[in-house]
Amino acid sequence: MEVIQLLISGTSQGCVYGLIALGFVLIYKATEMVNFAQGDIMMLGAFFAFTYISILEFNFFIALAATIVTMAALGALLERTILRSMIGEPPFSVLMLTIGLGFIIRAVAGAIWGNEPRSIPTPYAGGVLSYREVIVGYENIVIILGTLLICGFLFLFFKFSRLGIAMQAVSQNQLAAYYLGVPVKRIYSLVWALSAIISAVAGILIAPVSLISPLMGFIGIKAFAAAIVGGFGSLPGAIIGGLIIGIVEQFAGLYLPTGFSDVSAYVVLLLMLLIRPQGIFASMQQKKV
Amino acid sequence: MRFIKKISYEQDVRLFQHEGQIFWYSLLVMSVLIAPALLDTFYIGELSLVFIYAISGIGLMILVGYTGLVSLGHAAFLAIGAYTHACLLAVGVPFVVSMICATFFSALIGGLIGIPALRMTGIYLAVATLAFASIVEQILTHWVSVTGGFRGMAVELPRVLGVELYDAVPFYYLCLGILVVCLLLALNLLRSPMGRAMRAIRDSEIPARSMGIHLAFTKTLAFAISAGFTGLAGSLLAHRIGYLAPDSFTLLISIQLLIMVVVGGLGSLHGVIYGAVFICFLPQIIAIMRDFLPTAIARIPGLEPGIFGLILVLFLIYEPHGIYGRWLKFRHYFEQFPLYRKAAHKRQKSYLRTERLR
Amino acid sequence: MSEMSLSFGGLLAVQRISFDVNNGDVFSIIGPNGAGKSTLINLISRFYDADEGTLQFEGRDITATPPHHIAELGIARTFQNIELFEHETVLQNLLIGKHVYRKTNLVSEFLFTPAVRRQEMAFRKEAEDVIDLLDLQHYRHQVIGNLPYGVRKMVELARALCVKPRLLLLDEPSSGLNPEEKEDLSYWIEDINEELGVTIIMVEHDMNLVLRSSNKVMAMADGRCLAIGLPDDIQSNPEVKRAYLGDF
Repeated sequence: MEVIQLLISGTSQGCVYGLIALGFVLIYKATEMVNFAQGDIMMLGAFFAFTYISILEFNFFIALAATIVTMAALGALLERTILRSMIGEPPFSVLMLTIGLGFIIRAVAGAIWGNEPRSIPTPYAGGVLSYREVIVGYENIVIILGTLLICGFLFLFFKFSRLGIAMQAVSQNQLAAYYLGVPVKRIYSLVWALSAIISAVAGILIAPVSLISPLMGFIGIKAFAAAIVGGFGSLPGAIIGGLIIGIVEQFAGLYLPTGFSDVSAYVVLLLMLLIRPQGIFASMQQKKV
Repeated sequence: MRFIKKISYEQDVRLFQHEGQIFWYSLLVMSVLIAPALLDTFYIGELSLVFIYAISGIGLMILVGYTGLVSLGHAAFLAIGAYTHACLLAVGVPFVVSMICATFFSALIGGLIGIPALRMTGIYLAVATLAFASIVEQILTHWVSVTGGFRGMAVELPRVLGVELYDAVPFYYLCLGILVVCLLLALNLLRSPMGRAMRAIRDSEIPARSMGIHLAFTKTLAFAISAGFTGLAGSLLAHRIGYLAPDSFTLLISIQLLIMVVVGGLGSLHGVIYGAVFICFLPQIIAIMRDFLPTAIARIPGLEPGIFGLILVLFLIYEPHGIYGRWLKFRHYFEQFPLYRKAAHKRQKSYLRTERLR
Repeated sequence: MSEMSLSFGGLLAVQRISFDVNNGDVFSIIGPNGAGKSTLINLISRFYDADEGTLQFEGRDITATPPHHIAELGIARTFQNIELFEHETVLQNLLIGKHVYRKTNLVSEFLFTPAVRRQEMAFRKEAEDVIDLLDLQHYRHQVIGNLPYGVRKMVELARALCVKPRLLLLDEPSSGLNPEEKEDLSYWIEDINEELGVTIIMVEHDMNLVLRSSNKVMAMADGRCLAIGLPDDIQSNPEVKRAYLGDF
């Protein structure tokens, strides 16, 4: 029973990692940029939701929609104003830039909302589902369902929508896509918007489980590990990597001495890099001469 | 404008290319030597911190700026150096021996980490080093019998051959001396074949391999050398802060070290010095500024990292060559005056250069 | 140089190709795009692993030699799309070619002992000889990023020569050069071959250059060898014509 309990809580935690990892991978695939500020974007999403729900007292679902619109605009704005000028710069510069961006976002969030942890009231808070000894909070179920919903949406989006197919084209060959009339720059902005939306949803989903604060973005680093475990550049890989890390973390927390839970994500990552450096779903190959 | 007449090949490998350089560098050395006589003890302490950061910056610059590998975990090597040194001192090992041991132990760990890490590039390496640093941080916290855990451990006072160096001024000279030695070692490395091989790997791995450079070995070596310098800096830092605790070696410190080399100017040792001055004095400036700002702004949590982030972003967008690059342009302007052309340093428009096949 | 037979799985980029190159030859490989010419060069310089077949150089089996040992054996190469060290000067690029002759160790380099200094001077002198040979004096201290395409191509050739190879692999040396530069190139290939005694294997599209400089030509199509022989014979070979022009 204990095992099932841990599996479920690990899965719900893993889903959050997976969603943030999805945000990383989307941006990486399309623009070859690694966005280290993804966790902080998630934090912003959570704070916007907090503002709409607790301060402006919107209905939960209206607030959800408002957060998504806000974050999409913000993601596109970030791309347009700051990251557009970095296209073609070495990956290291982009990495440093997004690290710097993360610092700024954290400082701004601290200035606006303060540093004390907050919580978001949700219509589903507090309820539990119990079957024999297994007790699962509604929050966890909502996280898992929400992740499934997003995955389904993304699958359909990339498979059938014009925009999704254009995004794939850009990610495979930027120049060719450009010549074929795909508006590459606009696609970049849209990819950032989409990635920001997914992160914001992750932020809202996780808010009832762990409180929101300007420093919550640091779980982005674990999500990053998840993205690499899954094979950087693979969308299903991101989710599966997230699940692996989420579940391993729960088990390490219970069965191993203190401290191991915090590093288990990194141990999994290092082991993965040693055994299969390209990740579960390999998508990168060596440069051709 | 200076024209140098070259009459022998040897001229190109000299440390100083012309008399002007000798003059300016001597002036610099003179001024740091007499600084303790002129400055307040507080600033002498801060300057020693600059020197310590510069030493670790040399290590990171060799890795990031000259070999083109990224490390998001150099605070771990700083920690390994500091703790090794402190532990050895505690069991009675002489100062110099202990410092050398700390350096080599860090280099060894760096090499070991380098072995799996060199199979990866770019972002994979960055994250692997980050994971390594997080693990080291946890070990420091939980291995209480050696490191004292959260409570930390005290560092014995520095004593070289019976001479006590714990006052600000002698410690300043100690740091300065070690920095100068490290600078010379790094300069020598960079003008000899191994340094050249590292730069070749940074620019392009494929031809480097076809020119007979063993990629894995050279990268591991660069990692070890880098970790060694950083470990040495760590052992000095142990004395500077006096009391070691895991929270002195967090991810934030690793990132700060990276900010130092990026803002200073990647690919130059001058940049390391500029960067070290920058990251040591910016917090002071921010602290002073706080007094003049309205309380609402001054009390923002995370203001300091925020400003660091802002400056980093501005540099990356507007001056990717860092402070040193800006200085070169500035000097060029005056040398060419009034013939300076605005386009001389214009960056070319770059396109997305992909390392991927698909 | 003796019997080489290589093949490449999956795509079958190169199918069971065998050829010998004698010491002192200039051996050209021609063929339409996608024939597997560059693959062949990459196989010889050990960037690709062959699925079957063996590769021999001066009587030694090098089928499994790691790519960074190839230069040490005396094989140097250039690349189809120039691969230089962009942020370094021409001189530093050439000195990289000397890396295989490095005898000093890390400790002496940290201290820059007289031995390291002497070695640097010796490297420099040899690099200067190559600079003189290829007329690169003007560009010695210029950074690669600022040089025009034709010069870069020459710098790449010079860097390969700095290895003092006995076998030189040139992957499309004349692509992107103007007629004048091509003219120079053909003289230099002749010089390198005759004066320095370097055996050359080159992949080339320009038939004039091939006819002028090489004494043996292999024509390839679709990963197969169509014919090997003297340049003129190859040019009049009906099968080769068909591969280029299609059936009539």
